[in-house]
Amino acid sequence: MMVTVTIAVYLTILIANMGGYVDTIMRNEIRDNTTQAILANPNYRSLSTEAKAELIRTKIATEENRLGLNQPFAVRSIKYLRNALTLNLGRAINMKSDQGSKEVRLILLERLPATLLLTGSSSLIVFFASIFIALSLSRKYGSFWDKVTIAFSPTSAAPPWFYGIFLILIFAAVFKILPFGGLVDSPSPDNPLEYGLSVLKHLILPASSVIISTIFFSIYNWRTFFLIYSSEDYVEMAKAKGLTPRDIERRYILRPTLPTIITSFALLLITLWTGFIITETVFLWPGLGITLFRAIGFYDTPVIVGSTIIYAYLLAITVFLLDFVYALVDPRVKVGSGGGGAQ
Amino acid sequence: MTALKNSIRDLLRYPSAILGSVIILFLLAISVYALITIPYSEAVRLWRGGEEIWYQNPKYAAPAWFNTFSSKKEPVSFAVRTTDGSMSKTTTPSSDPEISSVDITYSFDYAYDGVPQELLIYFTSQYKEKFSFVSVSWITPDGRTIRIADMAASSKLTFRFSQDQKLQKRLKTEHVMQAIFADPESPTQAPLKGQYQLVISGTTFEKDATIDAEFVLHGELFGAAGTDKYRRDLLLPLLYGTPIALAFGLLAALGTSLLTMVIAAIGTWYGGWVDELIQRITEVNLVLPFLAILIMVGTFYSRSIWLMLGVTILLSIFSGSIKTYRAIFMQSKESSYIEAARAYGASSSRIIFSYLIPRMVPLLIPALVSSVPSFVFLEASLAVLGLGDPVLPTWGKVINDAFADGALYQGRYYWVLEPAVLLMITGFGFAMLGFALDRIFNPRLRDV
Repeated sequence: MMVTVTIAVYLTILIANMGGYVDTIMRNEIRDNTTQAILANPNYRSLSTEAKAELIRTKIATEENRLGLNQPFAVRSIKYLRNALTLNLGRAINMKSDQGSKEVRLILLERLPATLLLTGSSSLIVFFASIFIALSLSRKYGSFWDKVTIAFSPTSAAPPWFYGIFLILIFAAVFKILPFGGLVDSPSPDNPLEYGLSVLKHLILPASSVIISTIFFSIYNWRTFFLIYSSEDYVEMAKAKGLTPRDIERRYILRPTLPTIITSFALLLITLWTGFIITETVFLWPGLGITLFRAIGFYDTPVIVGSTIIYAYLLAITVFLLDFVYALVDPRVKVGSGGGGAQ
Repeated sequence: MTALKNSIRDLLRYPSAILGSVIILFLLAISVYALITIPYSEAVRLWRGGEEIWYQNPKYAAPAWFNTFSSKKEPVSFAVRTTDGSMSKTTTPSSDPEISSVDITYSFDYAYDGVPQELLIYFTSQYKEKFSFVSVSWITPDGRTIRIADMAASSKLTFRFSQDQKLQKRLKTEHVMQAIFADPESPTQAPLKGQYQLVISGTTFEKDATIDAEFVLHGELFGAAGTDKYRRDLLLPLLYGTPIALAFGLLAALGTSLLTMVIAAIGTWYGGWVDELIQRITEVNLVLPFLAILIMVGTFYSRSIWLMLGVTILLSIFSGSIKTYRAIFMQSKESSYIEAARAYGASSSRIIFSYLIPRMVPLLIPALVSSVPSFVFLEASLAVLGLGDPVLPTWGKVINDAFADGALYQGRYYWVLEPAVLLMITGFGFAMLGFALDRIFNPRLRDV
């Protein structure tokens, strides 16, 4: 698993650097900036042309050295990789956090709460609501609401931002009851309660767009899944024994499907991290997704690699932990014979 | 053949399949129409064109069919010209062979509740040395004649009614449109409805000199789809976006599912290190953030839609579904007909392509159809992020332009809604068909 993460991170580093092209852009930028700074500085005006040229050369060399540009790309990429794997995320090239820090860690941490608020609230609602609704639908399949859910499940073909457009149009543009985007009102209220309410008001539209776009398909999937399990012989047996539907559900349907439910819940928790790049962009939600998008626009390799590495780590850790959880909840998986993808 | 017939008969039992197929056929028809009427290079030229191509259109005009649903009728744009006969022109020679007079008139019914954005006349005249002379006047439905302008027509002359200072002075107002359309009796200055007439009388002072004119009314509404910030007719990207969206969606879905299946089959068949390698690549790929990499490729390398398509397929091949296919291939690898093929000495490639993969087609087709919408939306998503193909008119590009211009804040809903509705129709069409196919080909789902 560690090998997987290493390769994935290295690939990201390679792509994010375009095999060295970004360096050329950065070099040119350094040359321009340094030359400009020295020529514009009145303290250096008395120097001769040669002395100025010499000064510019040394300054450029120092700057390139600082950013590590004087090493060959292969060496540098390995260095990036080592730093990334040890979670030493380094400093951003151009981007700054709102407090002005260039530490990638701080930039990402600053945006994390907003992303978790959006992804967490919407995904948890979808997850629990769909399992709950799916269970009740599977109990009486073929009913009116069951058919409605099936009919609506193709709506999940469209991504959240797509519904976001419609929601913005209806609630922000036409009815003017909810804001177009952003995290809080501007200026932001001082009172923590008002601040919270304002955030909540801004959260409604992006969160509902995520929910609308995923919930029907999710319900449909769980419903089919539960139906397949509820036609197993042992469920029929339990029914024949005259157990209450609640008992059947808890002990004969939910129990054997628990590993699957846990897996999808764990994977859901990981996807929370990456955020919804486009949804955040459309709603101007100041989360990680929009940060990643901006980082790519600024050619800010450390930030891009930083968010990828954390994603990769979380995925690896989750897959690793899942093996243990399986062994705990599913007696069919014996420790030693299971192992899945982990090495 | 009978199997196919049976599948089609099964398919017709599902209303969602019929609706989905109708939608897809309709989109295909639009695509064919768009590709035939507008060649690729022409579409790119029009889409990239500026003022010189689209000068006839107003900016930010909503579609003309808005009037059908609105009680307040807004003026619909039009353009007429003498060169194609939509505006009448008569030339009468005088006693002097050098001098002749040209009369251009155009009458139109104006039954709208608002005034147009602008009226323009574009004169083109041919002469050697002596300028031709034109005078323009305007006859309102109640018979008043308003003198608009008298001027010498150079070879290319554009006359804008509301920008002309002499006309403003003569009408004693800066709102020229109000002044020439308003009913003098009405206290609210509502436009006078009825037949207006534009009269251009010109005089040429050379034997072969000519005057041609083009009269353009920039209303609040335009055509079937409206226009954007750059006066472009939105019908072009809406029409031309269809084949692009379908091509991207279908190619990506086809490429991804076929390659995934072939690779899964090869891995399972050969086993050993091949299988191991494929498994490892899949794991690496699962860790890579898909959209972030696509955005990086778009920002750093090229935004060409075909490169994006390639990268999308490449990143989607080694997806989770390779594991599903692998599990199924593992079962069929052991079945007796494969054993028989092996016994008669069939080559590995023959077994893979003639025995293993055809078995999977029933699974492949629904998966393929159902994955089309996600790719169509992916293309639109990239365009919305500003990473759409820079030269092609696509639906996502229209949404992106509209967002960049704050169309929703300014109430220009048609600009966002038209491409969004098309996207939605496309997505639902494929999703519904795929859904029905899934139930037909996976009998396990049929009862539930």
